[in-house]
Amino acid sequence: MLDDHDRRILRQLQAEPTLKAAELAERVGLSAQQAWRRVERMEREGVIRGQEAMIDWEALGFAVRVSLRITLDKTLPRAFDEFLEAARAVREVTEIQTFLGRVDVRLEVIARDMGHWTGIYREKIMALPHIADIEALMHVSRIKVQEALPV
Amino acid sequence: MNLDELDWEILKALQADGRLSAGAVGRRLGLSQPAAWRRIRRLREAGAISGQRLRLDAEKLGFGVTVFLGVKLATKGQVSLEDFERAVSAIPEVQTVEHVLGLYDYRLRVTARDLADFERVLRRRIMALPGVGNVEANVLLTEERRPGPLGGPLG
Repeated sequence: MLDDHDRRILRQLQAEPTLKAAELAERVGLSAQQAWRRVERMEREGVIRGQEAMIDWEALGFAVRVSLRITLDKTLPRAFDEFLEAARAVREVTEIQTFLGRVDVRLEVIARDMGHWTGIYREKIMALPHIADIEALMHVSRIKVQEALPV
Repeated sequence: MNLDELDWEILKALQADGRLSAGAVGRRLGLSQPAAWRRIRRLREAGAISGQRLRLDAEKLGFGVTVFLGVKLATKGQVSLEDFERAVSAIPEVQTVEHVLGLYDYRLRVTARDLADFERVLRRRIMALPGVGNVEANVLLTEERRPGPLGGPLG
């Protein structure tokens, strides 16, 4: 399992994934080789699964972001599968989550402007199968987007 | 900013694997290393790529539970939004805070070791924040990140 050195490495890499081995080692008080061996071990064990570039959709002209909270008609056995399959085909959907709770599924949808959003909502979202109820939350601003784990 | 087909392909490749070098990106798309490097630099400078994120396996690190919370502030006008935002952002288990319009005022993403740990965070930290009214919790079962408009042909 992970020890304090590993956790320190993860904290540094979460804050700055592109840190060079030498700099990382200095910050966690290890030699570069020791630090790198630990990073490689955590990659092998699947604790570190890689890196991704974060796309800023707003900078690309998608100014509207909406959370759709959806309740499905669960009297139909294949409601979830059929809904999810159809939702994956909507290009403006950037996230799909399923839940245990009052809400069954959340879709995050982006659009260029309100006109574009209205079109997506009427033509693509309302056409998704088995929706019993749907609520929209319009995103105003992002206060914290870290998604770091408090390791 | 104006993107051509190749820029979209670069974004798609880097979203899938943020560690690809400019040379590797170029080889995939038939660009020279310097040409790919220039395009990537331009995308970063324009803010299309806002940063780099480390992908961790939360479960392997002992964070077995993720909960999405909708939070309604109780006393509108009396509570400063800035105070609430500062206080809620300071909680380490709170991963994202978004100001929204609709049934709730904020949506939060919270990570915890298990449901008991989540209950501790909810009761001692979140419910104790200034101005918190109604809270709705939904426990995450599955999650998919989609490529969004990067996924298909340009429309």
